[in-house]
Amino acid sequence: MNMIETNTARHDPGIRIRTEVRSFEAASGTAVPPVKTSIDLKQVNLSYGDNQVLFDVSMKIGERMVTALIGPSGCGKSTLLRCLNRMNDLIDNTEIKGSIKVGDRNIYAADTDVIEVRRRIGMVFQKSNPFPKSIYENVVYGLRIAGITDKATLDEACERSLKSAALWDEVKDRLSESGLSLSGGQQQRLCIARAIAVEPEIVLMDEPCSALDPIATLKIEELIYDLKKHYTIVIVTHNLQQAARVSDRTAFFWLGRLVEYGNTPEVFTKPKEKLTEDYITGRFG
Amino acid sequence: MNAGDERPRRDIGATGPLRTLLRRGDPYIWFTGSALGISLLLIGGLIAVVLINGLGFFWPGPLVRVTLKDESQWTGEMMRREPIPKPGTPEHLKHHRIQLKVGNRDLLGYDFKWIDESEITARDEPRDLVYVERREYGALIGTPALLTVDGAEKAREMKRIWPELKSLIERARSDRALVRKIEKDRIGAINRRIERARLRERRLDLAAQRQPERDFSAERAEIARLRERSQEEYRRAQAELEEVVRRAAGASVTFATTSGGDKELRTLDIYRVYAANRLSFFGRLRIYGARLWSFIVDDPRESNTEGGVFPAIFGTVMMVMLMSLLAVPFGVVAALYLREYAKQGSLVRLVRIAVNNLAGVPSIVFGVFGLGFFVYMIGGTIDQVFFAEALPTPTFGTGGILWASLTLGLLTVPVVIVAAEEALAAVPQSMREASYACGATKFQTIWKVVLPAALPGILTGLILAMARGAGEVAPLMITGVVKIAPDLPLDGDFPFLHIERKFMHLGFHIYDVGFQSPNVEAAKPMVYTTTILLLIIVLLLNMTAIVVRNRLRRKYKTSAF
Repeated sequence: MNMIETNTARHDPGIRIRTEVRSFEAASGTAVPPVKTSIDLKQVNLSYGDNQVLFDVSMKIGERMVTALIGPSGCGKSTLLRCLNRMNDLIDNTEIKGSIKVGDRNIYAADTDVIEVRRRIGMVFQKSNPFPKSIYENVVYGLRIAGITDKATLDEACERSLKSAALWDEVKDRLSESGLSLSGGQQQRLCIARAIAVEPEIVLMDEPCSALDPIATLKIEELIYDLKKHYTIVIVTHNLQQAARVSDRTAFFWLGRLVEYGNTPEVFTKPKEKLTEDYITGRFG
Repeated sequence: MNAGDERPRRDIGATGPLRTLLRRGDPYIWFTGSALGISLLLIGGLIAVVLINGLGFFWPGPLVRVTLKDESQWTGEMMRREPIPKPGTPEHLKHHRIQLKVGNRDLLGYDFKWIDESEITARDEPRDLVYVERREYGALIGTPALLTVDGAEKAREMKRIWPELKSLIERARSDRALVRKIEKDRIGAINRRIERARLRERRLDLAAQRQPERDFSAERAEIARLRERSQEEYRRAQAELEEVVRRAAGASVTFATTSGGDKELRTLDIYRVYAANRLSFFGRLRIYGARLWSFIVDDPRESNTEGGVFPAIFGTVMMVMLMSLLAVPFGVVAALYLREYAKQGSLVRLVRIAVNNLAGVPSIVFGVFGLGFFVYMIGGTIDQVFFAEALPTPTFGTGGILWASLTLGLLTVPVVIVAAEEALAAVPQSMREASYACGATKFQTIWKVVLPAALPGILTGLILAMARGAGEVAPLMITGVVKIAPDLPLDGDFPFLHIERKFMHLGFHIYDVGFQSPNVEAAKPMVYTTTILLLIIVLLLNMTAIVVRNRLRRKYKTSAF
């Protein structure tokens, strides 16, 4: 605990107070309620051609909580995240073994409707990628392609999603402007609004703050904290302080293997593995 | 052994001025700069030559009268003056000669005359000399001597005739419009009705051969009635036309010329008259503008050496548009498959190389292919199936604007494919992923995200294709372009768009006027003017596409930072 605060203070004094509050919550145990499993990974192996990226990953991701995936670059955490909504299908020569169950269905079963999977599992990317369309059209994109044309439904979904993404007050008067006219942080929140507009069960976030400044990062983190009331969130991050601040559980990956997985305060304060301790204390990575 | 071993190592910074210069790279900048400069100079020079020669064509120069040593007189417009080449003699390039546009081809048999300056005894610019643009035989240069209306003398001499002439020529213009209206619209429509009746009858004949037992007499009687009625209408229209012509042809002017007596001209045949030596600068400017305008909006006369080029402009623009309409969707769809759906491998690479090389096939080869495949095979089949009654006269089985556009479409489709593929490849992967992550299918992603974002790049392909297609002549010559097309491919006659018709084209017009004309000297400046027009049209078409593209680019720019 002590270590995290010093690190934070050194890097970004502006976020320190918040860190302490969150740490306190995590330490007191309130942030980790008894948990229902949302995603169940069993023996997941993945390779791109001859290059195996994930080795025997098994983990249960709890419902309505934030799970952070951490680890050095190239450890496979982003790849794992992209397995969860079958984004790796887009890459040729990807071979995946094992099972990933969402609810009680294996999303890699032969009869799976990939489109349905992606509708139930939204995703936010490292670099904000709004479409070159209006803010409104960006948010309702998922609904439109699902075939919804009713204006009232779309309007309602747009407002609800933008409010959930804490962007409504900033953009409500200019919904017809291009999504690209927003600032970087706003764009990322727009992408979050777009992801939650289709009311997914799970939201995957792939380093959502890595291209943002500290203020925007703080806003997204607050947003993640609010969103977990309704959504299961899996977040990949390089920022250990961020993982400590926002997540309930943390999984540490190294060279494609899951090294340690547990409640965030424990992983950060009393890691069981030497490797984890070395990584979070900055000895490598 | 090596002298360098003895000497102390030289400081790297001080290796002589030439070495330093080479290392700094200045000569390379000069080299690349001069390459660009030379290209610009060549293009600029070409355009300058075209502009200088073309734009002067309509300028009404002064008319001169020269008297030669043998007492003969010549009048005409000064065209140019040049030294006389006499190689090997001391006179080589010492004396000059002038070229006069003497006009009056019907009297002289030629339009231009070279006169040695040493032969000239007197030169002046008589104020009464006029330049007449008329329906036949090119220009007439002379002095108005007599004006008659309906056979009776109305006025003599320039100063009395001139004030009358203006209104007479104005009236002739409206009379000509009326004649043209009767000829083209009314008689044309009647002719088309008669032709349709003939085709109907022919269809009946063919049907009668197949079903000899059926009785067609009712239809035949109706056709005969129709034909009778059309012929009656035709006689009426013809009579009306004759009446108009008779009334309009009443006034005529006799011009006195220096080149072979007098010439009487009906005012109906006079398009424009000006007294060149009385014009002020602004008067000349007005004539210049009027001539330029009629060049753009009038039909050609005198086997394309006079009049305007409107049908050629129309044909060019329409052909380019039809071509774009055919080539762009086709190319984009092909590029979509190549880039988005096809499994990227050696086969796709091979196809890509083939497509790129297709752009290097000589255009005449495409023309021959278009003639064989589109015109003879497809057109011939269409004729046999749908227009059997018109055979042996082909309807689609001969060159036409549709086949020409298709052929050029084929020629330009590789350009579109290459550009569209690049545009598709340039759409960021993150944009596609965002779409997929929202639950979009591949088709939805392509249709709603990738294609809109690639549209500016696709328009670049369109621009390149248009520039290539508009300038192409060779394949058109065998797939539908003609020297003179009686009707535009788009008119008021049902079904309005006649894609089977032959058409005129500025590129071919340039070739035709420049090299097939019976009167090359007179036609030469028109070649330049037509070239300018073609360039302007290509420029305008491209500018339109560029404006649209820039607007789209602003709309679909892919990132804010």
